[in-house]
Amino acid sequence: MRTMDIVQILLYVVILTVLAVPLGRYMAKVFSGEKTWTDPFFRPLEKLIYRLTGTEEQSEMGWKQYAGALLIFNFCGFIVLFLLQLLQKYLPLNPQGFGTVSPDLAFNTAASFITNTNWQAYSGESTMSYLVQMAGLTVQNFVSAATGIAVVVALTRGLARKSASTIGNFWVDITRSILWVLLPLSIIGALILTQQGVIQNFSTYLHLTTLDGGKQTLAMGPVASQEAIKMFGTNGGGFFNANSAHPFENPTPITNFLEMLFILLIPAALPFTFGRMVGNPKQGRVIFVTMLVLFLILVGVTYSSEIFGNPNVTALGISGPSAMEGKEVRFGVANSALFATVTTAASCGAVNAMHDSLTPLGGMVPMLQMMLGEVVFGGVGAGLYGMLIFVILTVFIVGLMVGRTPEYLGKKIESWEMKMATIAILVPAVTILVGSGLASITKAGTSSILNPGPHGLSEILYAFTSAAANNGSAFAGLNANTPFYNIALGIAILLGRFGIILPVLAIAGGMVKKKAVPEGPGTFQTTGLLFGSLLAGIVIIISALTFFPALALGPIVEHLMMIGK
Amino acid sequence: MQENVSHEGKKTSSGSFNSAMIVEAVKDAFKKLNPSIMWRNPVMFVVEAVAVLSTFFVLRDLFAHAKTLGFNLQIAIWLWITVIFANFSEAIAEGRGKAQASALRKTRSETLAKKLDGEKIVNVPAPDLRKDDIVLVEAGDVIPGDGEVIEGIASVDESAVTGESAPVIRESGGDRSSVTGGTKVLSDWIKVRITANPGETFLDRMIHLVEGAKRQKTPNEIALTILLLGLTIIFLLAVATLEPYAIYSGTIVAVPVLAALLVCLIPTTIGGLLSAIGIAGMDRLLKRNVLAMSGRAVEAAGDVNVLLLDKTGTITLGNRMATEFIPASGVPAEKLADAAQISSLADETPEGRSIVILAKEKYNIRERDINSLGAIFIPFSAQTRMSGVNLEGREIRKGATDAIEKYVREQGGIMAPDVITAVEDIAKKGGTPLVVAEGAQALGVIYLKDVVKGGIKERFAQLRKMGIKTVMITGDNPLTAAAIAAEAGVDDFLAEATPEAKLKLIRDYQNKGHLVAMTGDGTNDAPALAQADVGVAMNSGTQAAKEAGNMVDLDSNPTKLIEVVEIGKQLLMTRGSLTTFSIANDVAKYFAIIPALFFATYPQLKILNIMHLATPQSAILSAVIFNALIIVALVPLALRGVKYQPLGANIILRKNLLFYGLGGLIVPFIGIKIIDLIISALHWA
Repeated sequence: MRTMDIVQILLYVVILTVLAVPLGRYMAKVFSGEKTWTDPFFRPLEKLIYRLTGTEEQSEMGWKQYAGALLIFNFCGFIVLFLLQLLQKYLPLNPQGFGTVSPDLAFNTAASFITNTNWQAYSGESTMSYLVQMAGLTVQNFVSAATGIAVVVALTRGLARKSASTIGNFWVDITRSILWVLLPLSIIGALILTQQGVIQNFSTYLHLTTLDGGKQTLAMGPVASQEAIKMFGTNGGGFFNANSAHPFENPTPITNFLEMLFILLIPAALPFTFGRMVGNPKQGRVIFVTMLVLFLILVGVTYSSEIFGNPNVTALGISGPSAMEGKEVRFGVANSALFATVTTAASCGAVNAMHDSLTPLGGMVPMLQMMLGEVVFGGVGAGLYGMLIFVILTVFIVGLMVGRTPEYLGKKIESWEMKMATIAILVPAVTILVGSGLASITKAGTSSILNPGPHGLSEILYAFTSAAANNGSAFAGLNANTPFYNIALGIAILLGRFGIILPVLAIAGGMVKKKAVPEGPGTFQTTGLLFGSLLAGIVIIISALTFFPALALGPIVEHLMMIGK
Repeated sequence: MQENVSHEGKKTSSGSFNSAMIVEAVKDAFKKLNPSIMWRNPVMFVVEAVAVLSTFFVLRDLFAHAKTLGFNLQIAIWLWITVIFANFSEAIAEGRGKAQASALRKTRSETLAKKLDGEKIVNVPAPDLRKDDIVLVEAGDVIPGDGEVIEGIASVDESAVTGESAPVIRESGGDRSSVTGGTKVLSDWIKVRITANPGETFLDRMIHLVEGAKRQKTPNEIALTILLLGLTIIFLLAVATLEPYAIYSGTIVAVPVLAALLVCLIPTTIGGLLSAIGIAGMDRLLKRNVLAMSGRAVEAAGDVNVLLLDKTGTITLGNRMATEFIPASGVPAEKLADAAQISSLADETPEGRSIVILAKEKYNIRERDINSLGAIFIPFSAQTRMSGVNLEGREIRKGATDAIEKYVREQGGIMAPDVITAVEDIAKKGGTPLVVAEGAQALGVIYLKDVVKGGIKERFAQLRKMGIKTVMITGDNPLTAAAIAAEAGVDDFLAEATPEAKLKLIRDYQNKGHLVAMTGDGTNDAPALAQADVGVAMNSGTQAAKEAGNMVDLDSNPTKLIEVVEIGKQLLMTRGSLTTFSIANDVAKYFAIIPALFFATYPQLKILNIMHLATPQSAILSAVIFNALIIVALVPLALRGVKYQPLGANIILRKNLLFYGLGGLIVPFIGIKIIDLIISALHWA
């Protein structure tokens, strides 16, 4: 049984890698403007879009212009989504006749979906109309993921180009990432999922009588089309509240496996894209391997912690050694542990188990991944640009030791880059710490807590971490649909997104101007095993040092209390 | 003529600290507590702020007669000690420079100048001189200010600036016309036009530099400070938010304890030592008699990956030496050697002397007195391009091939073909052929060779391993240059170098992303010196060259460029190693403090107390004390710099990482445990 679990986890990793490499290469071509075999399908469509929107394909942007376009685009998305929710009562495709969404929840949801967070303070099946789900949420599932890709592509160009001033055209990048990458993958994904039994319809909810005579309502909807992009775009916003634990979202072991695969596919492919675009595949490979190793360690911790289970429960003789409460019982512990790790690794936040019910250490892993800044694969685009910030930090701290001022890909890292990298690290950390600190001493914050004691602190910490890291998974056990949490978490989400994107683009703008020092024996190598371990070390040290006190008072104490006497 | 022979590793007396300097540094450490000075170092500024806060709590305890007084007092004291230790490290680094500056100041103030007013001599104090004043300096006088020799020649003792006691020649015109204020004329006299106003002289600048008064943070230092500030803010928040978590968990953490945790976590080690490392780097250069005009230049030196080296004096010994006599067929070698020797007896150039020596060594031909031979010496001239002697009807000439060929033809003879072959052979090997003729017969060729310095090839190989390219600059023709380049093992060379070609070469390398270092002394070197990332001007050079470069080598020794690069690298390595060490330290401090903080609420956390520290109080105190002591413990390292070895980046990284990274993880565990044992033994906490 355990051997099978491990085989399954390894199989997952192997298939992921095998698919990520060609996808990475394909995306590198797409964003370098090289020819791909899909051009005949998408190129006419792309030209049409540019003609209609008046976009000049060839004109490139400096970083400030790029950031401006990105902000305007996201702001418009925010307004549309916000209004759609407020006005859904009056709009079509609302067979259940849902009323207006409260403004604080609408703010929270809009912030959450434009940022690829998909934190859901609501229950999808009892709050949002089909129109909002499709025209609002699903659209954002695409464009928020595309925004992430655009940012990382812009940063990559900033690092790759020498003595230049522009980092690409935002409108082109976002169009190409939707047409060439997200759309085709989602269509294929949705078709497979439908074949496996995920529903796709506009029906009203079914009212059925169960075998033993009880009444049950079965929520319906266009699930499959949203399900695929929910995974590929690492969005994670479930159609239903139960997310991927719901049989209509995740009916079979095969869909479970596929959904996990979809989540990490693009994030895992992007390092390869990066390597090719900077002209040295090794640079991408080392980042991929570092992510993979961190991932395996974290899966290992969650899995073993869950298999070990809760000795108190075992003592009562209730179930086997493993902690089954709150697990996806259809697929078993390994799949719950893997799914939890995958989804939090990828800033996806789709869930198939109650993270609240994970053992303390098992639950700490998802939290830790988000605290690491979602850089273990991470969200689409966001994971890689987050990791590249850590790469810059690593190069800066360690690179000095070889006796040269630090340089990455031949470019000097100077005070501008350090300032921006520091901001990018600082903003989410500050957001999480201040947000959860505030929540833990105010009545508005603590009154939502289900479990008092250290577990309650874990719940608050998880919520703010998930928001700031743009993950969107919930620990549950915390009633987050209150004005306090809707607004506080909404702000945390926006800070966690744009507080990183802007410095990242600023770094791209700073680096693109620089000359590159040719590589030589005196150069600090940013490939290979040593650099990979250093990178992993810096990621862990910086994040762990920041959050160790909080974790010690939450999950660690909880774990010690559980195994203690 | 080389008036400066290379000399290294002198002035060792300035290498050690005396007790007066330490006393001075301790005083300065307290003066630097002034917040308006402190804020320049954000990390230590935070520590000072926290120390003030803790002191406030101590006072409160004092009036409230609280039980916590003893413990809080100890924490406050150690926080203050942390700040003072950091200040001390900076003060001691500045100390050596200050001592030197005050010595320099003395020479400046006591000088009296003989100002020339038309033909009249007026005595004025040196500080009253202005630009373009003309002064007369005679034997025994101190030169009153920076200037240019416009008339006369004199030997000058520059030891006040260079520490080098051998006198140097200064004369009007050419590249040896610049003189420095504070130096002393030993013989003869010179007229000097003053080129710098008071306060702007070389001596003034030097005083500023060694004092560190004008010290600006270097670019990399600024970037590092930003990172350290970022970490400080993160830890400030991590610690500050502990209080709400603690309140949630039903406990309250005392402010002095939080203060202790904060100071342990923020990167105080590197924060405290950062400026000392920078000052010490410039100081290490100063000890080697190189004056860096800015810390930026020292940092750039570490980044340099192309070295432009002048052939003469750096790669070769500086003079061509005769190494072989190649006679024409039918001419005995002795005859050639004899003729060569006679023609060179009156030739005082190093080449001439080397011919005499070779003739003696190889053919045992004794030196003769040219006057007793009744010979008439024909000196070298630019028109004839040959020299020689006329004696007892013999006419001996030696010179460049075409000049001698012409001479032989005029005498009715013809150059033997094997002489021409020998000439071509020598040229191909990079040597200089000197043909000797007697009357109408060419006797043979003297092989003059550039002698490459011993060990230089190995040095270049080391540089290559470090990723530094060496380029030889020479006025020689490409053939000669190529041969010497191959022998010396440089990566590239620039032959028939003109100042324009040099400038272009530098620009080309820079466009490819390289950082270039060079040395120069002439006025025509100035543009290239200014363009180079590191331009080391020779002190013997012109004022223009010195203005253009960003370093001045007081010994005027071009080989030192290599040392300059090494010192730059060492500076960066020291900075990186101590940063890594500082950050790695935090892990152990967490394990000391976190269990102690929440011991009362969650006794389970004692499992994290892996050092088995005696009590929560002693754990916190030990961490704080360790944190303060490690700063002083590392001061010698910061001043000396980490051990430098000329190796590739990967090997250096691995070594430093093992030592400072792993060391940084382990050392505090041991250190804190030891301090804890002492504290519990003394019952301090």
